[in-house]
Amino acid sequence: MSNPSSETPLLDELLKGRWPSFVKEMKEMADTKPMVRDVLRQLEKSYVDKKTHWKHGGIVGVKGYGGGIIGRYSDSPEEFPGAAHFHTVRVNQPAGWFYNTQALRDLCEIFDKYGSGLTNMHGSTGDIILLGTTTDELEPIFSALTEKGWDLGGSGSALRTPSCCVGPARCEWAMFDCLDICHDITHHYQDEIHRPAFPYKFKIKVSGCPNDCVSSIARADFSIIGTWRDHIRVNDEEMTRYVANGRNPINDAVLLCPTRAIEWDGKKIKIDNENCVRCMQCINAYPRAIKPGLDRGATILIGAKAPIVQGALFSSVLVPFMKIEEPYDEVKELLESIWDVWDDHGENKERIGELVERMGKGEFLEKIGIAPDVQMVIHPRENPYIFYDEFYEEEDDATANK
Amino acid sequence: MNVRKTDIGCPDYKQFLPPVILENYGKWDYHEIPRPGVMLHVGESGDKLWSVRVGSPRLLSVKSILYFCDIADKYCDGFLRFTSRSNVEFMTVHEANIEPMIKELEGEGWPVGGTANSASNVIHTQGWVHCHTSATDASGLVKCVMDELYDDFTHHSLPGRMKLAVACCLNMCGAVHASDIAILGIHRRPPKVQKENLAKYCEVPTTIAACPTGAIRADILNGEKTLQINESQCMYCGACYTACPKLPIADALNDGLSIWVGGKCANARSVPRFTKLVVPFIPNNPPRWPEVVDAVRTIVNVYKAHGKPWERLADMIDRIGWARFFKLTGFEFTKYHIDDYKLATKSYNASTHLRF
Repeated sequence: MSNPSSETPLLDELLKGRWPSFVKEMKEMADTKPMVRDVLRQLEKSYVDKKTHWKHGGIVGVKGYGGGIIGRYSDSPEEFPGAAHFHTVRVNQPAGWFYNTQALRDLCEIFDKYGSGLTNMHGSTGDIILLGTTTDELEPIFSALTEKGWDLGGSGSALRTPSCCVGPARCEWAMFDCLDICHDITHHYQDEIHRPAFPYKFKIKVSGCPNDCVSSIARADFSIIGTWRDHIRVNDEEMTRYVANGRNPINDAVLLCPTRAIEWDGKKIKIDNENCVRCMQCINAYPRAIKPGLDRGATILIGAKAPIVQGALFSSVLVPFMKIEEPYDEVKELLESIWDVWDDHGENKERIGELVERMGKGEFLEKIGIAPDVQMVIHPRENPYIFYDEFYEEEDDATANK
Repeated sequence: MNVRKTDIGCPDYKQFLPPVILENYGKWDYHEIPRPGVMLHVGESGDKLWSVRVGSPRLLSVKSILYFCDIADKYCDGFLRFTSRSNVEFMTVHEANIEPMIKELEGEGWPVGGTANSASNVIHTQGWVHCHTSATDASGLVKCVMDELYDDFTHHSLPGRMKLAVACCLNMCGAVHASDIAILGIHRRPPKVQKENLAKYCEVPTTIAACPTGAIRADILNGEKTLQINESQCMYCGACYTACPKLPIADALNDGLSIWVGGKCANARSVPRFTKLVVPFIPNNPPRWPEVVDAVRTIVNVYKAHGKPWERLADMIDRIGWARFFKLTGFEFTKYHIDDYKLATKSYNASTHLRF
């Protein structure tokens, strides 16, 4: 039998260099698993002819679920029989991506027994990914996972697995309990996650503050980003200590404040709170001396997506401030009113951001029952093509309507 | 008899939080970064928690995960977490554990870094490793780029944070559209329809419905149903290939990479913004993609030389202007850099603010 390492001369070039090598990870499993050896050989072929050798072409899944498994097949199954089917299993991660070693060891044992033993920690949406198993192993792996308390994540035109930043577990800037709401929403909407019934995918990402460590504003159809309404808290003593240690608040805060809302006279920090846009710069620079206020909640934004189809979008403001408190009814009511409008008006493969764009944000707001707010736009409209709902007909008595 | 369990959802995160986190949950006071790759969080209680951040290739074998478990059992009372950028974080309340843990991890080839003003680990997609619509291999590109930026990951060598991403096609599973530096795989030609016997392999109506732009229409060949593609309507997403294997989109001649810069997600200082095109096309050159690595190195060097403290790449370019950025990097400005999609005129310079 040939030595597997000699079968992949191009990939072997990626064993060199200081950064950890994914080829090394794959080779470690290839020694004992013929399927991984064939996937590596197929990948080597891609490196030779510069194109992928995977195809999709088939719906696979577990009983009663419409998602969570992504079908993946080799386009050259005769050449690479071990890679003939090599499906992805998305496992719903715990909120905040915290683990104990026992739980990870359980997952490893399951992935090793029923699949390739290769993972992504984690996929872009946040799930734990088992990178490959066969159709026959899907039901057994699902049973083994649920036995240990794990379930599948979302795929297809469904609610995708919600994710959140590290939040109050290890960050002083979390403006609400990101982990708890992420966990709560995930459990509340199991049906929406596991049985695709939407026009297209729908992602929820939760960041505890405007630093947005899970890129919610760029990647989530429904972005929950922490903020506060009252005054920033300042501790001049701590600031003096920073300065004594060589820091310069003029350079690190005053000159970088986007609205020139902060001053430093050498002794005291002064903040024009009405003009503060909660950008976090001064807080990021001086965590011990400058802290967010205490009237905390989140800004809800809607509509982010990557380019396909109508172009990339960021989420934009839908609710400037909302208190985020158990049992999160206000968030759930908002979500469901959005889904109702999307269900009625969304086209196949139309993300919510594209529907808002097509419909117009003004009309969308009316449909979900939210009043327009000037903070939802960067500026009022520039074009005069206004379609007025209110006007008089000839026969109306205009003065009578007053 | 076993009852089949469904819809149990994810496990409760609380069981995975170390005791010090449970005690200080929501009551952290501040944090510091005592050295690259190490964060110190201090609770209002005075409790201290150190986190050691380790870069991973995202694609991990169970053997590596079990190794991480061994480290966590030895130094972190059996707890660990992962970050949104595929780093592993080892948390401990024992300051004395940090140096030996780092030594052990680095000894096994795991880089410690990725905090504050360092190059981040690279958000990326599956590529040729496991995707059917990929125009390139994401994992290979990441490996080559991070080999080059290794010292920028392990040191606070940059003016501000630098977040990198690779997506292997326009679907952007890796959301590269808001990163400081983004490498984006691109197809330049529509799928080639293998018209013969197509209906034997594919459901024609499903495939037509799969196209997000409505570019696919039914056709007849030798009296049998097949498909045709309106090429000018195709955006190279590969959704049709997902539904029908007779529509392969991969094209070794025309697939390759593009490079984009100046996106950000954080609201700090300036508002979030999209990446902008700087290099329209680089052919795939596996296994080491030297042209891509050179372009990234060029951008990072310009950022290092010209960025001011705290500035993200986007902030720096705001200040020095795109003309100077192209001059400093030496990238050629072409007609492909000028937007021609919806709202393109918003990106035209309608002023006399120019730099000479």
